[in-house]
Order: sequence, then C-alpha cells, then structure tokens
Amino acid sequence: MTAGRVRRLVTYAILTPLAFVWIYPFLWMMSASVRPNGKVFAGLGLFPTKWYWSNYAAAWVDAEIGKYFLNTVVVTVSGVAIVVCTTATMGYALGRYAFPGRRILVGILAALVFLPQGYTIIPIFDLITKLNLDGTLFGIILAESGQAHIIQLLLYAGYFRQLPKELEESATMDGAGFFRIFVQIFLPLAKPVTATVIILQFIASWNDFLLPLVLTLSQPDLRTLAVAVYSFQGENFTSYAQMNAASTISLLPVIIVFLFLQRYFVEGIAGAVKQ
Amino acid sequence: MTTSDQVRLDVPARRRTGLGQRIWDARAVYLLMLPGFVLILMFSFYPLVMSWYYAFFDWSGLDAAKYFVGFQNFRDLMADEYFWKAFGRSAWFAAVATPIELALSLALAIVLNDRSLKLAPVFRTLFFIPVVTTTAIVSIVMSMVFSSFNGPANQALQSLRLIDEPIGFLTDPRTVMWTAIGLFVWKWLGQPMIYWLAGLQTIPQELYEAAQVDGAGWWRRTISITAPMLTPFAIIITLVVLVGNMQVFAFMQALTHGGPYFSTEVMELYIYRMAFGAQGQVSTQRLGYASAAGVLFGILLIVVAVAQIFAVRKFRRGGGGFAGAPR
Repeated sequence: MTAGRVRRLVTYAILTPLAFVWIYPFLWMMSASVRPNGKVFAGLGLFPTKWYWSNYAAAWVDAEIGKYFLNTVVVTVSGVAIVVCTTATMGYALGRYAFPGRRILVGILAALVFLPQGYTIIPIFDLITKLNLDGTLFGIILAESGQAHIIQLLLYAGYFRQLPKELEESATMDGAGFFRIFVQIFLPLAKPVTATVIILQFIASWNDFLLPLVLTLSQPDLRTLAVAVYSFQGENFTSYAQMNAASTISLLPVIIVFLFLQRYFVEGIAGAVKQ
Repeated sequence: MTTSDQVRLDVPARRRTGLGQRIWDARAVYLLMLPGFVLILMFSFYPLVMSWYYAFFDWSGLDAAKYFVGFQNFRDLMADEYFWKAFGRSAWFAAVATPIELALSLALAIVLNDRSLKLAPVFRTLFFIPVVTTTAIVSIVMSMVFSSFNGPANQALQSLRLIDEPIGFLTDPRTVMWTAIGLFVWKWLGQPMIYWLAGLQTIPQELYEAAQVDGAGWWRRTISITAPMLTPFAIIITLVVLVGNMQVFAFMQALTHGGPYFSTEVMELYIYRMAFGAQGQVSTQRLGYASAAGVLFGILLIVVAVAQIFAVRKFRRGGGGFAGAPR
C-alpha cells in the first residue's frame, strides 16, 4: 500500500501550489486593500508591513460603498424571499398536481431555460419604465425575481413529487384545505430544498450585473455593489487601494456565505445536472 | 416532470371530465401558482415576445417614437461588419473555452473523486470559490492583477525569468482574447467540476473493485468504466457549459469593455453598445437595431441548445442509464 501513499503525496504536491495560485487573486486583493495607494503594485508579498485600514473607511464613506452595500442587501434579501415563495408554490403545483394547461406551462418554462438574459433586457427596461418603477429598488427586485428560476423550480418539483400521497389524504380527513396542506405540511418538509434555493438565489442576486446595471443607468444612487465597483473604473475613483477595499467588501459576504453553507449549494448545482 | 404519479384533484372526478369542470376543480392550484406565473410572464415571457416585435422598428430611445421598418434592421445587421465580427468572437470564445474548461474540470474531478484523498473536500472548496464570487468585481480585480503596468502576474513571470518585458495581457489586441479565455476558464472551472463529481459519484464503487481484482490498472479502469458511465453526463454538461460560455456579458464588460480596439467585443457587448451606447452614455441608442441583433443571437443559442437536447434524447433512447427522474 505504499504505492497509494506515494501517489497521494504526489497529488498533494501538485494540488497545493495549484490551489494557492487559484485563490491568489483574492489574497492579493485583500492584501492590496490594506496598503497605501502608492504601494498596491509593490511586490508579490501578501503581508504589508503596516496595515492601512483607512482605505476601508474611505471606501465606505467617501466612495459611498456603505450606501451600495445597503442597496445590495435590500435587493438580495427581497429577491430571495420572493423567489422562495414563487418557486415553492409553482414547484408544488407542477410536481404534485395534474391540471389543464400543465403541459403548456412546462413548455413555456422549458423554452425560457436557454434564454440569454441580454436578449430581453431592452423590453424589461421599457416595462420597468412604463410601470414607473425606474428610480426604485423595487423595480430591480421584481425584474430579477421574474427571471425563470428553473433550477430552483425543478428542485422543489422533484422533491414534492416523491413525497407519499398519504400526507394529503390524512390531512384532508383532518379537515385541512389545499392551502393549509401546502403551508403547514409540505413546505416544512421541503426545508433542505428551501436551504438550497435560498443560497443559490442569495449568490445569484448578490452577483447579478446586467439588470441592475441597465436599470440604474440614470439612477446612480440605486446601484448595487457589482455595478458600483464597475462604475468606479470610469469615474473619478483612481485609488487602487480603495478599489480593492471596495472589492473586498463586496466579495467577502458571498465567500463567507458559501463557505458556511456550501453543502446545500453544491447539492443544488449537482442536482441540476442529475435532472 | 412526468405526469404518472401525480395526485389527482377531486379523486372521483372520472365521471365528469369536461375541461371547464377540470379547470374549476384545479382553481386552488392555479391560485397558488398565480404570483410566480405573473412574474415570469412579465419579466421573461413578455420581454421575449417584445424583443422580436421591437426588432422591426427604428427606435432611438425610450422616449422616442418607434417607426416600423420591416426587415430593415436585419438587412442592416447582415451588412454590419461589427456585428459579424462580434458574432465570430462569441463563437470562437465558446469554441475555445468550452473544451479547455471541460477537459480541465474533468481531470480535476477525477483526481478529487479519490476517496483516499482526505483533503479532497478542502481542495474542492478552494477551486470552487471563484464561481460564487461577483463576476463583474472579479473581472475588475483581475484587470489589476493582469495589468501590463506592474501587475502581480507580470511581476511573477518576470521574477521567475520567464519573460523579459511585461506582457500586455489586456492591452495588446493580439493577446487579450487569450487572457480573457484563460481568466474565464479560471472563474468558472469549479462549476463543471462539481457536475463531473456528481456524475462520478453515481458510478458504483464495486465496479472499480471488481476490475481491480481482475488486474485492471488505473488507466484501464478510467477508459473502460469511468468514460462510458460518464458519457450521458458529458452531453448535458457540455450543453450547460457551452450555452454558459456564450453568455459572458458581466465578465467581459468589466474586464475589457470590449477593447482594446473592439478586439474582445463579443455579441452581448455589441448588443449592449447598440442599445445603451458606449460606457452607458444614453445618446446613441438604437433599441430596435439592438433587439434585432439580440433576436439573431437568441436564435443561434436556441439552435445550439436544441441540437444538444436532441443528442441527449437520442442517447437516452439508445439505452444510456441516465433516467430523467430526480434522485
């Protein structure tokens, strides 16, 4: 069995430096965020001799990252709440009930799977303007929630489908109606799926770019972090150190959420392929 | 989503199967689906239909009047050199990035699937981190890392004596596309890696053990067991990755803005520039024209997707053990 041990050691010897290079850009970003602006590009070392936390204060206050952070939190939390509700209800109906029009609905949803987002951005922009929702975060939230969240929907539908029929039957005998059965019996049973959907949607909303970019073109106050940091490039924001501080503030929440809840996330995207 | 084992509403409904009656019986189901359905209708289905409609209009801004021009936008696109170049770049980007991404992620997945590798989950997590991070912001960080002026990538290569002069990773029109492909593969590699791992984990361990008893070596086992068992997954993973690699807006816009000299202006960036102007200056809007370009691009994507779905179907009918049922 020493051959196996040697092979494992060789594997680790290759994987370890590779993994370090893989995440080096993030380490460099964090390191650059605590250096004085003139020293951002000075050397490859990751540990600065003196830590300039003031970059964070400058980014948060002067560059108004605090405001954009709040926008992103509002958009993300609302988006997650809406998407959990809509995909759970539609997944429950599609996974458990035969009803007239079901095939048509499945057909529409299937057609939307491969729809590129850039393809529909102009009508969405137009619709939001016509609804007088431009100039509000609500417009961004609605537009993001109305994208076809097929993976999330399939996860719910697949889960609800395999639950036994006796659940409904006994609940009906106890006098529970259709909506009560869904809310009080099925939804609590689907907690693992809900966890997966929450984290998938959290990351999708937090990272979304095209929709918030287009919907805030004339409303810089409503920018989310992705759009704000992107916009700094072209505007009067030349401090690389602050840029890295702003980037760190934007990326750390998703990385941390992922590290703590990765089990659900990985199950979710792996489940997408299994279906 | 098969219909075989669904709960029938109103169980003794066999005797009255009129459509109106069945719809009335299902009213609670419809009501439950209504909010989600309305949202999808408004922000997915309606925009899909409207982008086709707008493609037939000359429309120079949201407040401007629309003039019906028939197929003029499509004729203009056919004659627009920037459109064809952007089209070619998107196709080339996907054609180069997809096989690299698939091969590297498969290799990584096979290495990490080794159960005796105790630290495999740690490496899996590390390789996956770029996938969950905000694409636009990662691109901006990378534009600093790969800066031709003293960026850490150039510093590292120079201190290793691999190059004498800094490389213009993002400033040289001849190298920028390769830089973009490399960074894109880095950003998304973790995703197909997880897909492959999910596929690998469906292969029963006994198969390998039996083969090992028969004296089959690692290569033999990989070719005779892993490869055939993974094929049905390979088709669907290729589809997902290929369609994903044609949708690179956030990544490319934040990394290069399509530059230098339009050398990375892929299809979506072209559409965006036509619709909203360069750098978001809302001055040169050609919304109808951009819609027409979007329609053509959408057709291309759907053709790619449908071709692949047929491939999947054909394979399944051919007896691949890849059932559509979840779990």
